[in-house]
Amino acid sequence: MPDENKLAKSKKRKQAVAFGIFRILTYSIVAILFIILSFIIYKGISVINWNFITQMPTEGMTKGGIFPAIVGTLCLVAGSMIFAFPVGVLAAIYMNEYVKDGIIKKIIKQMTNNLAGIPSIVFGLFGMSLFVNKLHFGDSILAGSLTLGLLALPVVIRTTEESLKAVDNTFRHASLGLGATKWETTRRVVLPIAFPNIITGLILSIGRVSGETAPILFTVAAYFLPKLPTSIFDQAMALPYHLYVLSTSGTDIEATRPIAYGTALVLIIIVLIANLLANGLRKYFGKKVKMN
Amino acid sequence: MLSGTVTSLTVVLIVIFLFKEGLGVFDKKPVEDGYVIALNKNNPVQKLSSEQIKNIYDQKITHWSELGGKPDSIVLFRLEDISNFYSDDEIGANFEGLPNCINRLIDSLPDIIAFFPDKYLDKNFKGKQLAVDKISFKEFFGGKEWFPTAQPSAQLGVLPLILGTLWVSLGAILLALPLGLAAAVYMSEIANDRVRRIMKPLIELLAGIPSVVYGFFGLVIIVPLIQKTFNLPVGETGLAGSIVLGIMALPTIITISEDAMRNTPRAMKEASLALGASKWQTIYKVVVPYSISGISAGAILGIGRAIGETMAVLMVTGNAAVIPHSILEPVRTIPATIAAELGEAPNGGLHYKALFALGCILFLITLFINLTVEFISNRNKYNKH
Repeated sequence: MPDENKLAKSKKRKQAVAFGIFRILTYSIVAILFIILSFIIYKGISVINWNFITQMPTEGMTKGGIFPAIVGTLCLVAGSMIFAFPVGVLAAIYMNEYVKDGIIKKIIKQMTNNLAGIPSIVFGLFGMSLFVNKLHFGDSILAGSLTLGLLALPVVIRTTEESLKAVDNTFRHASLGLGATKWETTRRVVLPIAFPNIITGLILSIGRVSGETAPILFTVAAYFLPKLPTSIFDQAMALPYHLYVLSTSGTDIEATRPIAYGTALVLIIIVLIANLLANGLRKYFGKKVKMN
Repeated sequence: MLSGTVTSLTVVLIVIFLFKEGLGVFDKKPVEDGYVIALNKNNPVQKLSSEQIKNIYDQKITHWSELGGKPDSIVLFRLEDISNFYSDDEIGANFEGLPNCINRLIDSLPDIIAFFPDKYLDKNFKGKQLAVDKISFKEFFGGKEWFPTAQPSAQLGVLPLILGTLWVSLGAILLALPLGLAAAVYMSEIANDRVRRIMKPLIELLAGIPSVVYGFFGLVIIVPLIQKTFNLPVGETGLAGSIVLGIMALPTIITISEDAMRNTPRAMKEASLALGASKWQTIYKVVVPYSISGISAGAILGIGRAIGETMAVLMVTGNAAVIPHSILEPVRTIPATIAAELGEAPNGGLHYKALFALGCILFLITLFINLTVEFISNRNKYNKH
């Protein structure tokens, strides 16, 4: 029947057109990503050298390096993780291993989701009113780290929970069957198996925290501070805020552009490394588990 | 136990601090503390709203009759005008005669409105101090102007900011949704495993790029491009914000709707294919309808991400606090306003509290979005069982 043939043909044609469009759109997203990355790498690579990374900014930030901003960001990342990682992992263990399914678990889950959905600028407001003003930490690394830590908390909890869930229940049953207590089982059996995935989550949240600007605007970030912080109550420069300042409110925007490109590239490199590392770990440990 | 409730605790704390400061704005008067607005005692006008005061000083209202008073034109007085009326000798080297001068001036001019610090208020002041209303909900949410530092009366209308936020986010989602959905369909239904394995980390990377880098990219590439293409005086526009936010919302939309589509039961797809439908027909007649709630959840979360995004928007939208009429005008969003102005707002003052009130609005919007998403995915679960 020619009619049916025609129908089948038009069906095929439509499918080919639709799939083609979808493929083009998808690749255009990849293209956007590569345009952004390659643009910043292309413009920034000539700026980055040893001096750029290890020197203080000079002459109204139009020359010199970004060393204090790098150190500041490292401090903030370390500080926020010291807070968020243990708390987040414990919270996830509690939720996954101890709480029974029910209304409490539901509430905690919902609250974690809500926390994750709160915009970063609101974290900034909160950090300012609680840590900076109420607790009198002032604009300090401590206040900034705690604010960033709260922001990272839902990420750590979620990834840890996922990795705990991925641990097969037979492990738990076997351990409990051998007479181990619940805590012993969690600590000696569940955690070691889940550990690689937990670390992956940690790395991803480091990537996230190091790029956040809004929460540190009013809790720690210094516009221009060409010395290194000496205590957790000091202000500090930070890479993302530095990039923001350089690109919008510098005294001489043209002269600071190269430094802005360099700073953007350093930020991108941190994120890239975090992502690659996380993916690499995931693959590496994924294979290992399969071999077992 | 404590660690389990730490997130709940944080949310509660955030709510308490945010709303304590934010609601404080309705306890404040738009006229700065330490200043008074005074009229002649025979003037029948008793009360003025913040907007009326501003219009008087902008000389948009020029007659008392417009405010329910006498049909005379208004005489404006600011402190710096005092030398037009009195000599330096009368005022005194240390302004010791100033209270008396102001007192006499207000008493002598029946149509005067005077704005001056209350330390220059004479002990036996013969004029009458104007009662200024506290900032009302209506004024705050319905006001069309945002001039938080305006003298003599701050204008705190958040309407342009709310509209600006929605405007930019809507534009972003219109750009991102078709792209994101296409990519989700492609990755879950069309592409083979190898392509998928490459795509996943790339999308993750797109999500991982810091917002300030997106903002920087927008500033140096997209903004000049828009300026040139549309021949505008400035390229910092709502459109630039929408484009940057659209790119940033893509990963959220893609990941969530892809997950939803992938959860379509195999049996359903195979039944459709067995009935002679093509793969494409199966996608739009079976997979998409089945996963529509997941797709809408992705879209809504994408909007949420766009609404809350601060730095990128701050850097590319031009930050003019006016109600936008086209996508080629500068706009200002709520998060960008907070980020740009909190640094200059004196701690605990009206402006500071107003910015916290903006934070409350933002918090409520994102909470609403989260709960909506929760509701959609829960309803979906019931339907399936």
